[in-house]
Amino acid sequence: MTERRVEEERRGFSRRAFLQGAGGVAAASSLTEAVHAAQDPASEVQRMRGPEEVELRVNGGTLPATVEPRTTLLDALRHRVDPPLTGTKLVCGEGACGACTVLVDGRPMYACMLLAADVVGREIRTVEGLADGDGLSPVQEAFCEKDGLMCGFCTPGFLMSATGLLERKPDADAEEVRRALSGNFCRCGTQPHIFEAVAEAGRRLREGGR
Amino acid sequence: MAARDNHGTGAPWDDAFRVVGQPLRKVDGLAKATGQALYADDVQLPGMLHAKILRSPHAHARIVSIDASAALALPGVHAVITGADLPIRYGVIPWTPDENALAVDKVRFVGDEVAAVAAVDEDTANAALDAIEVEYEPLHAFLDPREALATPEPQIHADIRGKPVRGNVSKHVELEFGDVEAALAGADLVLEGEYSFHGSTHAPIEPHCAVAQVSADGLLTLWSSTQITHYVHRALAQVLELAPERIRVIQPCLGGAFGGKSDPFALEFCVALLAQRTGRPVKMLWTREEVFYAHRGRHPMQMQYRCGAKSNGRITGVDARILIDGGSYSSFGLVTTYYSGQLLTGPYDFPSYRFDSTRVFTNKPPCGPKRGHGSVQPRFAFEVQFDEVAERLGIDPIEIRRVNFQGDDTQTVNGQRITSNGFLRCLDLVEEASGWKQRRGQLPYGRGLGVAGSMYISGTNYPVYPNDMPQAGIQLKLDRSGVVTVFTGGNDIGQGSNTVVRSIVAEELGVAYDHVRVVAADTDLCPVDLGAYSSRITFMVGNATIDACRKLRHQIVTALAEAWEVDPRRIRLMEGRAFDVEDPDRTVPTREAFQVAEARFDTLGSTGSYNTPQLGGDYRGGTIGASPAYSFTAHVVEVDVDVETGIVRVPAAWCAHDCGRALNPTLVAGQIEGSTYMGLAEALLEEHGVNRFGLHRGPSLLDYRMPTSLDVGDIHAMIVESVDPEGPYGAKEAGEGPLHGSIPALANAIHDAIGVRLRHLPFTPGTVLRALRDQGGKGEGAAVGSTAAATSKREAR
Repeated sequence: MTERRVEEERRGFSRRAFLQGAGGVAAASSLTEAVHAAQDPASEVQRMRGPEEVELRVNGGTLPATVEPRTTLLDALRHRVDPPLTGTKLVCGEGACGACTVLVDGRPMYACMLLAADVVGREIRTVEGLADGDGLSPVQEAFCEKDGLMCGFCTPGFLMSATGLLERKPDADAEEVRRALSGNFCRCGTQPHIFEAVAEAGRRLREGGR
Repeated sequence: MAARDNHGTGAPWDDAFRVVGQPLRKVDGLAKATGQALYADDVQLPGMLHAKILRSPHAHARIVSIDASAALALPGVHAVITGADLPIRYGVIPWTPDENALAVDKVRFVGDEVAAVAAVDEDTANAALDAIEVEYEPLHAFLDPREALATPEPQIHADIRGKPVRGNVSKHVELEFGDVEAALAGADLVLEGEYSFHGSTHAPIEPHCAVAQVSADGLLTLWSSTQITHYVHRALAQVLELAPERIRVIQPCLGGAFGGKSDPFALEFCVALLAQRTGRPVKMLWTREEVFYAHRGRHPMQMQYRCGAKSNGRITGVDARILIDGGSYSSFGLVTTYYSGQLLTGPYDFPSYRFDSTRVFTNKPPCGPKRGHGSVQPRFAFEVQFDEVAERLGIDPIEIRRVNFQGDDTQTVNGQRITSNGFLRCLDLVEEASGWKQRRGQLPYGRGLGVAGSMYISGTNYPVYPNDMPQAGIQLKLDRSGVVTVFTGGNDIGQGSNTVVRSIVAEELGVAYDHVRVVAADTDLCPVDLGAYSSRITFMVGNATIDACRKLRHQIVTALAEAWEVDPRRIRLMEGRAFDVEDPDRTVPTREAFQVAEARFDTLGSTGSYNTPQLGGDYRGGTIGASPAYSFTAHVVEVDVDVETGIVRVPAAWCAHDCGRALNPTLVAGQIEGSTYMGLAEALLEEHGVNRFGLHRGPSLLDYRMPTSLDVGDIHAMIVESVDPEGPYGAKEAGEGPLHGSIPALANAIHDAIGVRLRHLPFTPGTVLRALRDQGGKGEGAAVGSTAAATSKREAR
């Protein structure tokens, strides 16, 4: 696991690696206690038998949510926190499309493939957490300016994947951008504008944007 | 003011446009980029129930009995409905109402809707579905259109609208223009070939979703992910037997459609009835699997074409026989059947033309309109055959398309009026940008270039139900704060139609771009528009918007001219200000100009509308395919074929599209890119089909292989502006036309690359390897085939 992460950090995410990562987590998560153990071998194994109130760290704040062992992070964000964070979209529910991508400790992950109980204590960022007050993030600003969106349903996922890449590597080249976004479908086919937007956002970040 | 007024193609003030032609941001871009945009599934209402649908496990069966008592007894279940509760048949085309919201007596495909449940949550609703007992008597299922055509019994539909159906034929159209047989006899070359187009589906990123609420006074409000609010409104009134004034339909932000959300769907009727029955708001969100079964996607077609040409390349006649696999219901199929023939008669001059198209029912998910409705498949077949004509006659493929150009301001062989036509310029641009002259035929084996041309409608000339009312309506409200609110029934489905409306208002009334608010697709608030299909919104709603603006502009200018005691012709409204063009120091912000006008004329508002002129051929079906203007497109696609694996890659594609005038070039480029992407995707990767049980082969986004950012090559969009005499400022469509040519250009490029003609889609690695092997003639696999191909290609040159 550690080796793979190092490898991913080195070359950026590919869709395959992304899916493997997300799928790996979900497979293990069918046994909640197993994944707790796997993620942090030193921790006490915790048992969840039914709905339980947890606190999720989302967009810099702490949100209480009543979740079941099987509740996905996507479900928790959309339906179990107050106010609901509906910017993150349900499209396939099986880790195929990337529309529900959020940042978990800075890394893009599919919220439909994570259990809410597994990300307690980890820093989650959603599309609602990108803007700083009225100020859009450089990635949001570039998507608006370069028209990197049409119907907008995949846009939150693309914004999070792009943010995850550029915060790690503001000087990502075109090939790295393509790879980092390969876990997100845009069915409107506006990829050329998305690539332009991410390139523009990278320029702004390098020039001292937020 | 008459709806058919033509407002000219020039800028409203002086010579230059201020807003039109600028790459301005989308009106809803900010909401979409911050997660604030509200889509149907984001609608949450107090006390809302969740609904689910029980679907047929059989491709074709009689329903013997349904017992929902156990489901109703489950705690948390509020209502169960079946076909008996919604017995009225409907169809988006009023002549073919063959659908029930829930099956009555029979199911016709795996996935056909049988019962619906409303419960406190989705889990309970799913548990209730499991508790519903349905007894079926399976019938023979037709999965092959040829079998369905040849076998009249059992019938999938016995009668539609009281008229008996002939066997399993959904629609048959045969039309001939000129004497095709004589034309082919007089040709120097006649080519005959068979072509097939597989099924593909829209796969919009947003799954279908609807929410219904009934208020205390009996008003039913439906939020739905539909691309045609008006038709949903009508269908609900019909099926629920509810007066239309008691129904309000709202399309929230919509996450992609591409034609796949044009029909009224079972979920809309079901949530409406369940909300009525339970007295609580009801939501239904389809799973991705359900979206695949709902389908309404590209019709598979088996096509035979004959094309005759003189030795100079001029076409003498074209003859087509087409078998269309319609799936289990009519949907838009009547139109599809006509479109399969009617929309091929440009950009080339056909001296004679005949088509014979038959759509048959099969027990598969129903087909419908997918981007480039009905005409993408014939365009593929014809453009591939035309390429072969050029090859046989030794004429450059781009040159033969020039030779046959029909010209502008002309009429097609089937009686359609052509106004502006920028096709030659499109050809010039793709030829130049792709390096065609230097590179075609010069690339190494495995790489090649191919070309294709096409045309498409800018809206259809007649609404799906006959009436004399406007096809597009607009309402404007001017506020003394300086804000202009536009009410449009047009459906913005991501293509940016609300942005187009905003741009036109800002241009016409000279207000700041962000002082224009757009309220859209709400049947209570907005005048009727026929919705987002047939690439009609920019053309029709755009013209209606200009119409409404000109009326208000007249009032504002008159009021100011009176107040300033100058000739009204001296007044200008531009960039947020009103001023006297001969005394520019005399100026006020548009807000003040609005106030002067409001004082003079009272509360300010206006309506605008658009209707097409009377068009079309003088024969039965002659109006289907008639459009006030046609867009034209040329594609050049470059391929890189790996002859060891059969994998075809597209490193680059060039698409030049004549959209009349680009009201927003960024949005037009997006449509060109998106169309080309979607065409190449369905040609190379995607396949929507069923197995021998009628089960979908892979109803998920993992199995239905849409391209990712790693699979998309460089798509170069080029805009041609022919300035149409009747379009808004000369604009025509851009959303569907640029899909058509991408697929035949790809096929023609593969021929240039490896010397084989691929006539049957999709171009999977297996197809390519098989074609290479057949070409080699030795049946020893790809390596041998590829050697032979290389030889033949060199010889050909």
